Formats: sequence, structure tokens, C-alpha cells
Amino acid sequence: MPANTDNDLASANDLMPGRAAAVAALKDVPHVPGAPKPDPMLVADHVSRQFGGLKAVDVAHVEIQRGAITALIGPNGAGKTTLFNLLTGFDKPDTGKWTFNQQQVAGMSPYKLARKGMVRTFQLTKALSRMTVMDNMRLGASGQLGERFFPSLLPFLWNAQERANEVRALELLGRFNLDAKLDDFAGSLSGGQRKLLEMARALMTNPEMVMLDEPMAGVNPALTQSLLGHIKNIREEGTTVLFVEHDMDMVRDISDWVIVMAQGQIIAEGPPDAVMRDRQVIDAYLGTHHDQALTKDGTSLTQDSSGE
Amino acid sequence: MDFGIIFSQTLTQAIGITAIIYCLAAVGLNVQFGYTGLLNFGQVAFVAAGAYAVGVIVLTFDLSLWLAILVGILASTLLALILGIPTLRLRADYLAIVTIAASELLRLLVRSIAFKDTFGGAQGLNGKLGQQFHDLNPLPSDFTSLPVLTWTRQDLWVVIVGWLLVVLFTLLVWGLVRSPWGRVVKGIREDEDAVVSLGKNVFVYKMQALVLGGIIGGFGGIVWAVAKQSVQPDTFQPDFTFFAYTILLLGGAARVFGPIVGAIIFWFLLAGVGELLSQMIQAGYIDFLSATDVGSIRFILMGLGLMLLMIFRPQGIFGDRRELALDAR
Repeated sequence: MPANTDNDLASANDLMPGRAAAVAALKDVPHVPGAPKPDPMLVADHVSRQFGGLKAVDVAHVEIQRGAITALIGPNGAGKTTLFNLLTGFDKPDTGKWTFNQQQVAGMSPYKLARKGMVRTFQLTKALSRMTVMDNMRLGASGQLGERFFPSLLPFLWNAQERANEVRALELLGRFNLDAKLDDFAGSLSGGQRKLLEMARALMTNPEMVMLDEPMAGVNPALTQSLLGHIKNIREEGTTVLFVEHDMDMVRDISDWVIVMAQGQIIAEGPPDAVMRDRQVIDAYLGTHHDQALTKDGTSLTQDSSGE
Repeated sequence: MDFGIIFSQTLTQAIGITAIIYCLAAVGLNVQFGYTGLLNFGQVAFVAAGAYAVGVIVLTFDLSLWLAILVGILASTLLALILGIPTLRLRADYLAIVTIAASELLRLLVRSIAFKDTFGGAQGLNGKLGQQFHDLNPLPSDFTSLPVLTWTRQDLWVVIVGWLLVVLFTLLVWGLVRSPWGRVVKGIREDEDAVVSLGKNVFVYKMQALVLGGIIGGFGGIVWAVAKQSVQPDTFQPDFTFFAYTILLLGGAARVFGPIVGAIIFWFLLAGVGELLSQMIQAGYIDFLSATDVGSIRFILMGLGLMLLMIFRPQGIFGDRRELALDAR
């Protein structure tokens, strides 16, 4: 995959109606934590989760705009993944309610939430190692008759559905450059390829919203560019994306809206450029005294800070 | 030393009734452990449930054997539900602990004095348990024995139907695991959360696998009761489960034919070593062992053989080494 230059990306952004629509819709949204969105897909209220004495998540209000790429960022231990786990039903909150497509979904089992169209990936990639890439993809398809116990014994009932799913899987694998690996065990793929497979597998469910937990972690820079392209494509096809990420450059490049968490709470919201200038955000990431000299007399510790 | 006798005895046991019983238990385990990844360490409880269903219905209540088979299936299903409902939502090791405990609990329950009238206490239930089945024996009444294979007329009838059952359940498992259903349970074995995140109700699949494997194991018990016409509590010790696991791993877990080949090889080796040692002791080639030692020595040698298997062919006979290598990641 050739790495795109910045110019290419900038011009590509202009060619993305999904991005334009998302940016336009979010234009008038105030840059404050818990800001109301014009067309929220997910709305959460008072979601909290305590681990012993530590309040890992304490979110008063958050809304995720439909059809946009929203990034959830924050320093380590900010509670991003915990919030993810809570919203997707993989962990139970101490308090809180949230709606998905205006429907109360708090306390719902994770598999039911996934069926409603809210599909997640994991920070530690969960490729099903001893299954082939194609089987991983086939597993993703929802509503399969052959997955029920008794019908599974009668292949003529589900063969047609299976073929249709395979066509779709092939198309997705082609997009994610995995079509040469069809019959390889998923466990034999590289870390980055597994991330791609997990994302492709999630898309097999035809989700309305994909929640990606650190999709770039452990992926080499060349593959990162292609991953970014894939995530943008997901939005262009009308799917809402919420993702957790550390890398600010990446977030700046692809997200339409950024939510910043620190110590379990949402401390800032806004478009990427505005958020990255936010005093609170910089402090949360770098510490309150990051721009003050470390030495008493104010001289720099490094010989030449500009020479890069 | 008569190698003819050694060979015929060994072969008779290798594909005999005991091998069938263990094979059925292993086919059940293959569904649970091999494909779904459920650590059921109490498979013997399902076998006991099947065997005692026959014993209690036929002997204690004096009812039909066919009803007993139905009760055996229900008892295995019920046992699977009781074990599964509280544990299948938890991590895999909980099922392992609960199942091994339940299997011992069940054995101690049926051998207790309190239930002696129903389950027969430590002596178990002995009598014409499988009469209705043996009455259907189509073999000619003047049948004496096959060449080489030294089964009686009654045993041969059980062996024929027993292997038919094995084939039937193997076909069922084969049909299931090649379908999308099998894909889901294999996915659960690999990573439960990933399968949940794709919108599958993992609990239901695990329960189905546990029940199916339990019923197949229960049929092992039914065959046992019918063939041996006796059900005794202390034959249902935990080591039964571990032999069944040995058979499964020997043949190769998550391979349709693994349990069949595993059971035959297991009993071929166990019986063969036993016969060979007995004959050698009788003939005076070995004088530091007595005939009574053979029973334990053959298990020692079996253990040694298994260690070698794990070192040189850890994937079992049918397994794929590449899959095992992936596991280590």
C-alpha cells in the first residue's frame, strides 16, 4: 500500500461527501463537554463505573453524531476503553442510561446490542486464530439460518445464504487487501492484517455504528495510512464511527469530532483543530507544567531543540 | 507364548464394548471440548446418568428398556442444563471445577445408603437390564464365535449396534461442525468475546454443545448398562473422564474421526500390552513381575506412550500441527 502524501489526503477529503456532510452538521455544535448534536445516534447519561476506590468512568452526558467519525481520545487510564465496554454491554455500569437510535439499551446483553447495529472491535485484536480468514468473515454475517442447531444439519436450507455471504466477504476482503489470504489461518496473519480482518469482520454484520478500540495500535505506518482510508470509507458509506486513539496526528486527519476524556470524565469536545488548541486538553496530555523549564535557570536541557 | 491368542484378545478388546463406551464418551467430549472449548471434566457423570437411567427404570421400576433410553437422554440433558446454567456465563475454568465435582457428587449420591432402594447402594443394580434389547438379537442361536474376535453371541449384537451408534453420532457431529453452527462454536473456542461482538448468543451455543455432548456420553452409559447388565457406582470414577480425554487427544481433538481412532488405539495398546505381559510372565520370560502387577504396569506404559505422543505428535493422530503452532501465539 503506497503511503499517501498530505496533499493527496487533503484533496481526497474534498471528494468525500460524507465528511462534508458531517462537518456541516457539526458546524454549529458548541465546543463544550456533553454538547448536544443535531442528529445523535448514541446518547448517554450519567454513565459511571467504579473499580474499588477508583472511578474509572463518570460521564454526565455525551452524544455521538450519526454519520460522522468521532474520536475518543485521552491519556492512558482516562477510561476510554472502559466507557467502550460499558456502552457495548461488555461491562456493566454502576449507574447510567443510554439510548441507541432513540431506544433504551442500557443493561442489554452485548450480543443483542451488536444485533441492533452497534458493533465493536477490541484493543487486543481478537482474530479467531485457528479459523481461516474466510471463516472469520463468514462468522460475521448476521441472521444466518445455518447457525441454528437443527437447520444447520440441512445444508440445502442455508447454502444460498452462505454463497451470498461469501460474495460479500470477498468484496470486503478485497477492499482490505486480504483476498490473497482467504484460506490462511487468521493466526498466521501479521498484527496489522489482523486489525484489518477484525474490522472487515465487524463490517460483515452490516453495522450502523462501528466502535473501534485503538485500531492503529501496533500497526506499522504504511498500513496505518491504509487503515485510515478504510475508516473514512466506512463513514462515506453512511456508517457511524466511534474510535479510541492515542495518536493525535491520526485523530486530526480522520475525525470529524473529537471527545477528550481524562480521569473518567469528558473534559473537552470539538472539531480536531479546536480541541488540540484547548488548554485543558494540552494539560491533560502533557501535564500542567509542560511548557515551563525543567531547570532552575531556564536553560534548555537539550542542545538543540529545533534541529530535527 | 501364543501370539495368536495375544492378537485375538487384543483386537477383540480394541473394537469391543468397552472401546465403544469410551468412544461415545469421547465423541461427546469432542463436541464440548474439541469444537466448543468447554472444559467438561465430568463426562463420566453423563455416562452414569445414562447407565443409571436404564438400571433404575428397568430394574427398580420394572418398566420398558425403551422408556429407559428416553429417560437416559432426558437425564443427560437435565444434567447438562443444571451444570451449564450457572457456569457457562462464567470463565471456562468454572465449568471444569463444577463438572468434576458434580461427577463425584453424583457417584456418591447413587451409592449412598439413603437411596439404596432406588440406586442399589454400593452394589449398584444388577440383573437383566438389557433383556429387551438382547431379545431382538438377530444372530442365529447356534452362533458360537467369529474367527479371531472372541465375542459371545450377545456381545457381538451389542458391538454391532454400539458401532452403529458411534457412526450415527459421528455423522451428526460431522454435519454440525461443517455447518455455520459449527463455525460459531469453533469461534467460541477461539475467542468468546469476539463472537459476542458479532451478535451471537454465545450462551445458547455453549449450552447446545454441552447438552449434545452429554447426550452422546449418556448413550455410552446406556450401552454399558445394556451390555454388562449391571450398573455399579464405583465404575464411574473420575479416571473414566480422563481416559476419554486421553482418547480424544490421542485421535486428535476437533477431528471428526479422532475419538474413533483414539478409542481403538487406546484399547489396542492397553489390551495388547496387558496380554503380552501376562503371556511373558506365564512363559517365564519375565520373573520380576507377577501376573497381578500387569494391570498397573500397562497403565504405566500407557502413560509413557502418551508422554511420547505429546512430545512427538502433540496434535494427535489426525491433528494439524500448524493449528497447534498458532495456539502458542
